[in-house]
Amino acid sequence: MNNRIFLALSSLTILANFAYAGSPPADAIRGKTLYKIYCTQCHGLEGDGYGINVADMEVLPRDHTETKEMKTRTDKDLFKAIKFGGKAIDKSVLMPNWDGNLSDRQIDDLVEYLRVLCCTKTGK
Amino acid sequence: MFHSVRKGAVPGSLKVLLSAMACWLPLATALAEDVGQYVSKSCAGCHALTQAEIKNADVSERARRKGPPLYYAGDKFKQKWLERWLAKPVRLRPAGSFPPDHTIVTDDGDVIDRATLKDHLALPAGKTKLVAGYLMGLHMGDKPLLNSQYKPKKISKMLGSMDFNKFKGCSACHRDAADNGGVSGPELYTAWSRMQPEFLISYIKDPVAWDVHTMMPDKHLKEKEIHKLVDYLKLIGEAAQ
Ligand code: HEC
Ligand code: HEC
Ligand code: HEC
Repeated sequence: MNNRIFLALSSLTILANFAYAGSPPADAIRGKTLYKIYCTQCHGLEGDGYGINVADMEVLPRDHTETKEMKTRTDKDLFKAIKFGGKAIDKSVLMPNWDGNLSDRQIDDLVEYLRVLCCTKTGK
Repeated sequence: MFHSVRKGAVPGSLKVLLSAMACWLPLATALAEDVGQYVSKSCAGCHALTQAEIKNADVSERARRKGPPLYYAGDKFKQKWLERWLAKPVRLRPAGSFPPDHTIVTDDGDVIDRATLKDHLALPAGKTKLVAGYLMGLHMGDKPLLNSQYKPKKISKMLGSMDFNKFKGCSACHRDAADNGGVSGPELYTAWSRMQPEFLISYIKDPVAWDVHTMMPDKHLKEKEIHKLVDYLKLIGEAAQ
């Protein structure tokens, strides 16, 4: 078996074990790819808020691994922040709106991945 | 081509001209084909030369890109800049083509892993004009995206900078000076000498239309707001020259 497929399958199983018994974990895996492409530049490769762009930023991007804080946000809150950006939720304009780049489906995938990142062991 | 011109319909002087062209044309075409072949061979491995390569791929394509797309080079670059750069390339994207590939996690947060960034190949002097000319012939051409009728206006450095940094948040990803701003996007303090004004406006207005997987967010800015940002890019670009 090709290494990549094997990796994808094994992370699928891990995800399923931790948080997704029942629901399709493929969402979070697609979300992870999207997160790497669009979000890590600011939120960091590990999602801790310390991406390569933060040196000159006046507001730090949210630490998506901070379980306590992230648990206070509903999926709808997260969806809205990603789709319409910081301005729409009375936060910094430095968090861009992604509605022009990503479909609702892709934003759902990102929300699923944020849940893995914030609140499961695989996310850490 | 010339076969379709009826003999009797061609006046003598034009006939001479046409036959002169006929022996010149194959040579020119051969040269152009050579450049095309050269670019396919030497550049296509890292640069998308057709829009389809990107449009028909799924989004993970962006993570595999080894260089920025060139299929709209003719809409984007100023030819003079292109000729100079191809002969003597300098870094434009501080963190490379796909920043996560050149990032390492440290205790002080993520930093650029400079050791993984390679210098761009430089073209030999005899090739730069030919290749630049070829690239300037590449256009996207499926939508009239370049019609803003932009007329530069004056803007103060302070207001422009506040707009770029604070209000529009461009500096989160772009540098407006060698020592200010984010590093995931191309530097913009040299944008004015590098790119055509109409392209700057169009890309800021609708980056996704140019590149479906661009990392640049579409901020839904109004035409006027964009003109102001480009006035600022002009101001800092001319100062940098
Ligand atoms: C240009 C930098 C930048 C990029 C790129 C970016 N963010 Fe953010 N993000 C921020 C900043 C800054 C904040 C904090 C805003 C504040 O607290 O005022 C933030 C906050 C957030 C929040 C938290 C909102 C809250 O409720 O506190 C979420 C969720 C989020 N970002 C998700 C994402 C996702 C998903 C992506 C990729 C699609 C992304 N961000 C890309 C800068 C960025
Ligand atoms: C090994 C991969 C690779 C090859 C081969 C390569 N390039 Fe590049 N090219 C890059 C990367 C990476 C960048 C981005 C450099 C930067 O921003 O600092 C780039 C940038 C450029 C740019 C500037 C683009 C922009 O949007 O600013 C041009 C023009 C260009 N290359 C032309 C060429 C041509 C012509 C060839 C073939 C003769 C070529 N490249 C071959 C990787 C490559
Ligand atoms: C989330 C990061 C981010 C933000 C915020 C952002 N950009 Fe970009 N921008 C990019 C990236 C990255 C590219 C190159 C496309 C790519 O690599 O996918 C780009 C490309 C561009 C280009 C074309 C330059 C080229 O060489 O192709 C211009 C012009 C530009 N941005 C202007 C702006 C302006 C003006 C703003 C503020 C309204 C802005 N950008 C906000 C990330 C960003």
